[in-house]
Amino acid sequence: MSGMEIYATLIAILESGLRLCVPLVFACLAGLWSERSGVVDIGLEGKMLVAAFASAAAAGATNSAVIGLGAGIIASIGFALIHGFAAISQRGNQIVSGVAINMLAAGLTALVGNAWYNQGGRTPPLEGNARFQPLTWPGAETIDQIPIIGPIYAHLLSGHSALAYCALVATFLSAFILRRTRFGLRIRAVGENPAAVDTAGVSVVRLRYSAVIIAGILCGFAGSYLALGQAAGFLTNMTAGKGFIALAALIFAKWRAWPALWACFLFGLLDAVAIRLQGVMVPGIGQIPVQAIQALPYLMTVILLAGFIGKAIPPKASGLPYVKER
Amino acid sequence: MSTPIELPKWADVSLVPILAVIVAFLVAGLVVLGIGENPVKATVLLIQGALGSGEGIGYTLYYATNFIFTGLAVAIAFHAGLFNIGGEGQATMGGLGAALICLNLDFLPWYIVLPLAILGAMALGALWAFIPGYLQVKRGSHVVITTIMFNFLAATLVVYLLVNVIGKPGSMSPETRVFAASAHLPYLHEALAYFGLKIPKSPLNLSFVLALLASAFVWITVWHTKLGYAIRTVGHSPTAATYAGISIGRITLISMAMSGALAGMLAVNEILGVQTRLLLEFSSGYGFIGIAVALMGRAHPVGIVLASILFGMLYQGGTELSFEMPRVTRDMIVAISGLVILFAGALDGLIRRPVAGVFARFLKSGA
Repeated sequence: MSGMEIYATLIAILESGLRLCVPLVFACLAGLWSERSGVVDIGLEGKMLVAAFASAAAAGATNSAVIGLGAGIIASIGFALIHGFAAISQRGNQIVSGVAINMLAAGLTALVGNAWYNQGGRTPPLEGNARFQPLTWPGAETIDQIPIIGPIYAHLLSGHSALAYCALVATFLSAFILRRTRFGLRIRAVGENPAAVDTAGVSVVRLRYSAVIIAGILCGFAGSYLALGQAAGFLTNMTAGKGFIALAALIFAKWRAWPALWACFLFGLLDAVAIRLQGVMVPGIGQIPVQAIQALPYLMTVILLAGFIGKAIPPKASGLPYVKER
Repeated sequence: MSTPIELPKWADVSLVPILAVIVAFLVAGLVVLGIGENPVKATVLLIQGALGSGEGIGYTLYYATNFIFTGLAVAIAFHAGLFNIGGEGQATMGGLGAALICLNLDFLPWYIVLPLAILGAMALGALWAFIPGYLQVKRGSHVVITTIMFNFLAATLVVYLLVNVIGKPGSMSPETRVFAASAHLPYLHEALAYFGLKIPKSPLNLSFVLALLASAFVWITVWHTKLGYAIRTVGHSPTAATYAGISIGRITLISMAMSGALAGMLAVNEILGVQTRLLLEFSSGYGFIGIAVALMGRAHPVGIVLASILFGMLYQGGTELSFEMPRVTRDMIVAISGLVILFAGALDGLIRRPVAGVFARFLKSGA
C-alpha cells in the first residue's frame, strides 16, 4: 500500500467513525442530563428504538424527514415521561423502570411495525425528502482534489447529515448550560444533593422532570438519526446495544459533555475499525479478531469503573428517589 | 406518602402482583386492539395453544424451565439487595461451560459427563456474576453497570470462540458439533417411557426437574439457613448486617455467584436438553424476562414457579397465536414482559397504594 492509499483508508475510517458516533453522542448526552439530575437511565436504548420507529413511520407517511424527527422526539419523550413518572413521582426503582422501558420498546416497535407494514417488523424503505441527506459543503468536490487537506474538508467536515452537525451543537449547548447557567447548575445540584436544592426553595421534581424530558428529546434525535440518516427506515432492534455503548461512553467521560463527545467518537471509531478489519490480514500480526475490538468499549468501561485507570464517580444522588422530610 | 404502605402479608404476596399482572395484560389488550385484532379472541387462542394439548403443555413447561432458572437468579440477588441484570451473559457463559465439558469429555458415559457439564454451566455462569460482585466489593464499581457490560462481553467472547476456536470446522453457521449422545439430557417423554409412561413428545426435559429442585434449594437456603438469614439481613439493612458481624462483601460475592450459577443453568435446559450443541443467542432474552418473573413472583420460589408457568404459557401460546393471528407476533411477549416489569416493579406503588387504601377503609369500618 502506498502512502496515499494508507491516507485514504485513514480518512475513510475517520469518516465512518464520525457517522457511527452521531447516535452515540445524542444518547450519551441524554444519559448525561438524566444522570446529572439524579435519575439513572438505562432506558436510552429503548427510547432510541421508539424514536427510530416513530420517525421512520412518520417520515414515510409524510415524506418529510423533519416531521419524522418531530415524531421521533415526541415518542421518545413519551417513554421518557413513563420513566420519569416511575422514577420521580412514584419513587420506583430506576433500574427496573429502565429495563421495562427497553423491553417495552423492543416488543412494541417490532409488533406494531409488523402489523402496520407486514414486512417482518421493518418499515418501507425511505428515500428523498423522507431522509436526512448528507449536506455537501460548497466546493467539496473540487477541494477533494487537493492532496492531504482536500479529503479532510470533503469527507470529514462536509458530507454529513444535518443531524450530525446537530450533535456537535447539542454537545456545546449541554456543556454550556450545565456549566454556566442557573438552570444547569441547579440540575447538577439536584443530582448531588437534592435536599439542599429543596431547602433553597427550588422544586426537585420539576428539575428532574425537565432533565428527563431533555433526555427524551436527545434520544429522539439519536433514534431519528439511525432511521432517517444512517439507514433508510426502521429495522427491528436496529439500536443493537448502542444505548448501552452510550452508557459506557458516559461513564468513560465521567459524566461531562465534551469528554462524552470524545468518548463516543472513540467508540464510533472502534466500531469503524472493526468493520474495516473484518477478514483483513494485517501484516505481521495476521487476522485481528473483530470481536476483540467490539469488546473494547465494554472492557474499557469495566476497567475504568473498577478504578484501575482513573476513577469514574457518578453524581452522588443518582438512582436515589428524593423523599421530602416532614 | 413517605411512610411505608401497610398491607396484610397475603395481600402483599398475592393480591398486589396479581393486580399488577392484570393491569399489564389490560394494557397489552389495548395494544392488540390498536393493531386491529380482537384481544379476547387472542387470549382464547393463546390459552388453547399453551394448555389445549399435551404437546402444548410440554412446550409451556419447557419454556417455564428457562424462566424458573433466570427468575431464581434475579431473586436470590434481590434478597441480598443486588440487582443482577447480567442473566443473559451468565446464561451464555453457562452454555460455554457446558459445551467445553461436552466437546472434550463426551466419550465418557452419561453419568460422568452430564453432571460435569451441568457443573460446568453453573461454574462459568457463577464466574460471570462473581467478577462483577468482586469488582463491587473490592473496587466500588456498581454491579448493575458491570453486569450490563458483562452481557456484551460474554456475547462477543462466545462469538469469537465459535467462529475461531470451538466452532464446527467447515460449517458456515457459528456453532459447535453436536455432542455425543451420552451428553444429551433426556427428554421427559423418553425418561418416562423408560418407566412405561407415555406422554406426548415435546422439548420438555429433565431440566424441569432440576429447576424444581433449584427452587426448593433456593427456598431452603434463603429462609432456612444461616447463610440465607445473612443474605436477607444484608438486603434489608446493610448497616444492621455490619452490626451483626455479617461481612457484606462475603455475602455479596456468595449471592452473586449463586445467582450466576442459577442463570448458567438455563444452558442445561437449552444446550444439554434441546440443542445438544452450542450456538449463538440461545439465551434469547430469557435472562431479562427473569427480571419480570422475579418481580411478579415476589422473589419467592413458589411465586417464581407460578410466574414462570405463566410466562411459559405466553411463550408457547404466543407462538401458536402468531400462526393463527399473524399480526400478533411473538414480540408481544417481550412487550408484555416490559409491562409486567413496569407495573409489578417500578410502578408498584401505583397498585399498592389504592389496595392499601381499600384495606385501611375496611379495617376502619370493621372496627
